[in-house]
Amino acid sequence: MTQESRLGGVGLTLAYDRRVVARDLSVAVPDRSFTVVIGPNACGKSTLLRALARTLRPAAGTVLLDGRDIHSLRSREVARTLGLLPQSSVAPEGITVADLVARGRYPHQGLLRQWSTEDERVVTGSMAATGVGELADRPVDELSGGQRQRVWIAMALAQQTSLLLLDEPTTYLDVAHQIEVLDLCARLHEEQGRTLVAVLHDLHHAARYATHLIAMRDGRVVAQGDPREVVTAALVEEVFGLPCRIVEDPETGTPLVVPRARRGRQSGPVTAG
Amino acid sequence: MAVLSIAVGAKQLTLVEVWHGLISTTSPEHAVVRQMRLPRTLLGLLAGAALGVAGALMQALTRNPLADPGLLGINAGASAAVATATALLGVATVRGWIWFALLGAVVVTVAVHAVGGGRQATPERLALAGAALNAVLYSYVSAVMLLDAASLDRLRFWTVGSLATADFTTVATVAPFILGGLLVGLAGARPLNALALGDDAARALGARPALVRAGTVTAVTLLCGAATAACGPIVFVGLLVPHLVRALTGPDLRWLLPYSAVLAPVLLLGADVLGRVLGRPGELQVGLVTAVLGGPLFLRLVARR
Repeated sequence: MTQESRLGGVGLTLAYDRRVVARDLSVAVPDRSFTVVIGPNACGKSTLLRALARTLRPAAGTVLLDGRDIHSLRSREVARTLGLLPQSSVAPEGITVADLVARGRYPHQGLLRQWSTEDERVVTGSMAATGVGELADRPVDELSGGQRQRVWIAMALAQQTSLLLLDEPTTYLDVAHQIEVLDLCARLHEEQGRTLVAVLHDLHHAARYATHLIAMRDGRVVAQGDPREVVTAALVEEVFGLPCRIVEDPETGTPLVVPRARRGRQSGPVTAG
Repeated sequence: MAVLSIAVGAKQLTLVEVWHGLISTTSPEHAVVRQMRLPRTLLGLLAGAALGVAGALMQALTRNPLADPGLLGINAGASAAVATATALLGVATVRGWIWFALLGAVVVTVAVHAVGGGRQATPERLALAGAALNAVLYSYVSAVMLLDAASLDRLRFWTVGSLATADFTTVATVAPFILGGLLVGLAGARPLNALALGDDAARALGARPALVRAGTVTAVTLLCGAATAACGPIVFVGLLVPHLVRALTGPDLRWLLPYSAVLAPVLLLGADVLGRVLGRPGELQVGLVTAVLGGPLFLRLVARR
């Protein structure tokens, strides 16, 4: 690895009970990157993210955070460095936006160190950064999917971590809200210099927003690097089994994956665009 | 604040009765008040706080606002153990019962955990396992009582839930367990707040779900075991009080737990006083009163959801 990395895994074997999802997997998240992990369903991308976030203990291998085994660190210490937006979170019934965001301050508080003006400032700032400030007193149950996702991101921001991991933050959102959430992520990455790692389903979004792409299949990393170099028709065919052409996104110049029409499938070898 | 003032009001009411008995030492009520009503009130305060906080903890732990200390079979376990001790070993005092009640509570807690999937236990599986064990254990208690009805007369009142048998020994016996359980429970407020967001979110925030669950279950076991040993299984207090409090404070356990600890004794003592008034010249057991009042309220809660 030529790039500096604060978070990565070496020789990871990841498993739920006895079902092994990935074997001997090594990845490194470049510092200050917006890294996106893609791959077909059940390729192990969310599992990898959970391992990196310390919510899943690898069966073998080590996850390194700032050069140290993440499981040798104290929970609270990790929680001040690395935040996670899990795929499934539960908002307690009746909780308000401000109260939910405030729970992100958990690792900064203790029995003796209760709510402070600093906490207040960070919570207000996090809500402003995600555009949910005017929703502060509304119950979370009443919000739309996109608003709710922004509230959860605000909670993760309130944790004030330099690394933020997001597990499929756009799933279940309509397309406008997907872009809204990804634009927010890009802004957090660019303006606040955070390192972001997101698992995404949509290849087009991944290519458009990522500064570093990790493509996985069957628990292996098939390719990684700058999406402009990584996203080729051959790679998409290999990872997703989808014949396609790659054109330039007219808005951003990033690779845009255009699946082949059924007729095209029969017409011979696939060419990269 | 409104809750606090209600709390003081309701306590004051019972204390006034007590006061009259206390000041006129020559009056025939003196003995009644000192030997019966005072410990009864103290026990009501303790047991009420125990049930209220245990209910709030259970609801947080299972992420189910309709959960209650009976849900995981803890009360049933304590009751079954006490019934066994009374029928087979002839134990007839609270001082003897408490150990059996705690033992029963612990055994059932472990059993529910094992049946509910051990390390992979989810709130849903725990609740199902608890409901199943509940049914089995209460049938067992009924069977024991039917077979040995005469000698279990005292136990019969006890299985309904009653403060009437309270004396200072009872209070002194259960107080350490309840106070200990309250302390452990209140210390869990912040971590449980984190756990309420889901296990992964809680871990990401730096909380340790397994540890928090273990601590909470310990607190609930202490609270329910001690309260059940002293008064029998009193229903609905643990379910309703946190629900009422939540309407005032929202779901933040740092408020919910202390408010429940204050409001639940108010409700329990209120029900007890009501039972005394309605049942004259005898009295209605407080467990019957809470059941009669709580049933319809519970149905309303379910219907509203």
